[in-house]
Amino acid sequence: MARKKKQVQVEKKPFTKEDLWIYVKRYWQLYLLLLLPMIYFLVFKYSPMYYILIAFKKYSIVQKVSEMPWAKNHGFEYFLKAFKNKDFINALRNTVFLNLFDIIVGFPVPIIFALLLNELRFKFFKKTVQTVAYMPHFLSWVIIYGLAMQLFSPTNGFVNMLITKLGGEAVHFLDDPNKWVGTYIGLSVWQSFGWNSIIYLAAISGISPELYEAASVDGANRFQKMWHITLPGIRPTIVVLLILALGNVLGSGFDRPYVLQNNLVMKNAEVIATFVYKYGIKGLQFSLTTAVGLFQSIANVIFLLLANWFSRKMGERGIM
Amino acid sequence: MKVEMQNPTVNVSRLKTKVGDWVIVALCVIIMIICLLPMVNLLARSLSSNEYLIRHEVYLLPKGFNTSAYTTVFKDPKYLRSFAWTAFLTLVCTFVSLLMSTLCAYPLIFGQLKGRKIFNVIITITMFFNAGTIPNYLLMQNLKLLDNPLVLIIPGCLSVYNMIILRSFFYGIPDSLREAAEIDGASYWTILWNVYIPLSKPVLATLALFYAVGRWNGYSDALLYMKKEQFYPLQLLIYNILQNVNQIEVTTQEGFSTPGLQESIRAAVVMFSTVPILCIYPGLQKYFIQGVTIGAVKE
Repeated sequence: MARKKKQVQVEKKPFTKEDLWIYVKRYWQLYLLLLLPMIYFLVFKYSPMYYILIAFKKYSIVQKVSEMPWAKNHGFEYFLKAFKNKDFINALRNTVFLNLFDIIVGFPVPIIFALLLNELRFKFFKKTVQTVAYMPHFLSWVIIYGLAMQLFSPTNGFVNMLITKLGGEAVHFLDDPNKWVGTYIGLSVWQSFGWNSIIYLAAISGISPELYEAASVDGANRFQKMWHITLPGIRPTIVVLLILALGNVLGSGFDRPYVLQNNLVMKNAEVIATFVYKYGIKGLQFSLTTAVGLFQSIANVIFLLLANWFSRKMGERGIM
Repeated sequence: MKVEMQNPTVNVSRLKTKVGDWVIVALCVIIMIICLLPMVNLLARSLSSNEYLIRHEVYLLPKGFNTSAYTTVFKDPKYLRSFAWTAFLTLVCTFVSLLMSTLCAYPLIFGQLKGRKIFNVIITITMFFNAGTIPNYLLMQNLKLLDNPLVLIIPGCLSVYNMIILRSFFYGIPDSLREAAEIDGASYWTILWNVYIPLSKPVLATLALFYAVGRWNGYSDALLYMKKEQFYPLQLLIYNILQNVNQIEVTTQEGFSTPGLQESIRAAVVMFSTVPILCIYPGLQKYFIQGVTIGAVKE
């Protein structure tokens, strides 16, 4: 905020050639430093946008993009095809549902954990709990998949060994499509709740201690303080993170679904990112999958803007 | 009347807090167990002998303690090679990424720099809009980066999120330090090197951790762009080991191969690959907490 004000105060003078020379002489070093990063952005983030044209053209491996013929239906042939493709519809549905489940189950957990940690009195113990809770965040999804296999295997997994020992029947956590969803969500919560609590803890530590003292004097108990001071204090943080999560409801990472899915659970496990990989990179249907990717990117931006607009309407601070 | 009522309630609430404290400690212990249990189970399996694994008797403590799984893994040239290659790759990537992040963040803190707004817009757009998997793939193809080890370094060498953390930290360094150096006639390059970088060591350590973990744990770029097995990063190799062993286990269910050994090897492979990260991150806890917190308050 302060920075923006400063910028406004700078008066705009007419810029002569001489000024330019002085300016360049003074600041060329900074532009030189920026050169490499800007080349990076232009080459690796902007130049691939040119290939988005493929979504509207009939891809052929021997032609340049500019020479490829336009697709039928005013170029929208592949978008129409995608929405007639059962696998894509399935992937789209799964992406939305899995993301919503992620939010419903996974979003409150770090908040609750942060509130819990905040109530913990013993400092050293608190630090230990934090260190342990951050650990899963540093494991890759391949490793987590390895852990899950050893933990949930129907024959020799830790959990199922316990269940069968206690007289129950083995549960197919990773092979049954419906139970797979639970495992998929659960593993994500396990991996990220500690890490995601960091932000809430920081927000909690920003709340003035005087508020708590005043509440204690008034005879408020632990839960009343939590409900009336801590939670309202971190509400802006919660809202911003919720906007980001809701804005990403059509987004899908690749690492997590790809390693966790298997042929038995595809009906619930295929998401857009893995669909694009299989149909595009493996199946070489470049036009179709570029169209799908473009649809996803645009939908993502729209959702983010909508979530942002909605939160502003509700009187909260947006993210943009 | 009121005063009389208050005293007993205060006492009761004090007693309650004490009980409440222990309830919270107990909950935290349960949470820690949930976090650690999969790792402990894995460690036990990697150190157990075949018979016990086949008989499904290994829970949280190794039975028939032996380290043969680890010695088998260490004898495997493919695994060792991939481990060393990934370690090298991680070092290079971390260095390149730190350099790029600094180069990008530092000039952008100068309010008087013309075009700064444009640069910021160029950067921010890439956070929200991505060209997509196939366009990126075609770009790599055109740049002749497919199957080239550089593809594991360059395309991911600058994360906007990490750059913003660094930029926010740079903003926090008082302008007066910079201005003093400017008056002394120091060049911008000298100011960066002698003022900003020494002051930013903690946040640079945090970024190094983020970049290093990202590279060490990443596999999808290799899955997309790298067909040569000798350049596979560790995670992709492990994924393939896990998948192949899956198949072996299924085919040998009638016969009596050694699924127990296979299992402990699998556990050892997964276990050993996490060691480097588990050794490093606790020491940097103070710093990465700061990093995450800075990153959250962009603008």
